[in-house]
Amino acid sequence: MIYAKVFWTFFKIGLFNFGGGYPMISFIQNEVVFRQAWLSNAEFTDIVAVSQMTPGPVGINMATYTGYSATGSVWGSVVATVAVCLPSFFIMILLANYFLKHQKNDSVQAVFKGLRPAIIGLIAAAALVLCNAENFVDSKSVILFALAFWLAVRYQVHPIKLILAAGLCGWLLY
Amino acid sequence: MLPLIEAEISDRRSWISKKDFLDLTALAQAAPGILAVNMAIFVGYKLRGVPGAICAALGAVLPSFSVILLIAFFFHNFRENETVERIFKGVRPVVVALIAVPVFRLGKNAGVTWKNIGFVAACALAVWLLHVSPVYIVLAAGLGGWLFCRRECK
Repeated sequence: MIYAKVFWTFFKIGLFNFGGGYPMISFIQNEVVFRQAWLSNAEFTDIVAVSQMTPGPVGINMATYTGYSATGSVWGSVVATVAVCLPSFFIMILLANYFLKHQKNDSVQAVFKGLRPAIIGLIAAAALVLCNAENFVDSKSVILFALAFWLAVRYQVHPIKLILAAGLCGWLLY
Repeated sequence: MLPLIEAEISDRRSWISKKDFLDLTALAQAAPGILAVNMAIFVGYKLRGVPGAICAALGAVLPSFSVILLIAFFFHNFRENETVERIFKGVRPVVVALIAVPVFRLGKNAGVTWKNIGFVAACALAVWLLHVSPVYIVLAAGLGGWLFCRRECK
């Protein structure tokens, strides 16, 4: 039953995804592209692009979109989006009731000392997995990659502007 | 997104104070899940309990949900289109670059140093080449931090 699989996949992502939208790319990629093979790498990259250009939390955008693509139905979107938010309910309500006072707790601090660098590793993995022949079709792709990377790091050009410019370049170049 | 949430729930509606907002941000960032949804659930729960949390979460999710669904609907039919394919040929490598950027920009804030850079690389390689689930990476890193940093961090 694909809906049950979609639910369980996104529930896990909601439960274990620390650090926001970028690490989530790695989670969704691992589950949806590699394990379940619901999407190809190129399709997944397109979803990331659309999710970043659309207003609203990237995590919700990606869940909604992937749910739709995986099942071909609106219900897939509903299931994926509800599933990714559900763990937050239990965790935030639990935190609101009991743990608000223990935030500065040494153990909690220690856990995050280990988590933070690992999250950077996960983001790096997401980028590395996407460095493949589907996304890089020729030398022009490599130049676009290098140019965008340099503009984003050096001049902090906004991602939406870069994606729009890249679309224009693609239309002109190919 | 954070300044927008702050302006709305703290300045305009005074649902929570500025100081509580800071604590809430730290908490919502530390918890797993989606930041905006976490904050909505917390504020909704504080104001009106579980029904409040459900309403707030729905409010945070529904706009993105509807817009993306609309896009997914149309994009699904246009993916084969030649012009769309050309545009996305240009977009794809740039998206990869945008994912690579935070690795370098956030590295320092996340506590990546020459001492633990091998650990960061190991996490990346395990997920990239061995397809280890990020779930295990998160569990192992949290446990490792707890075991090794507890004494050191004091």
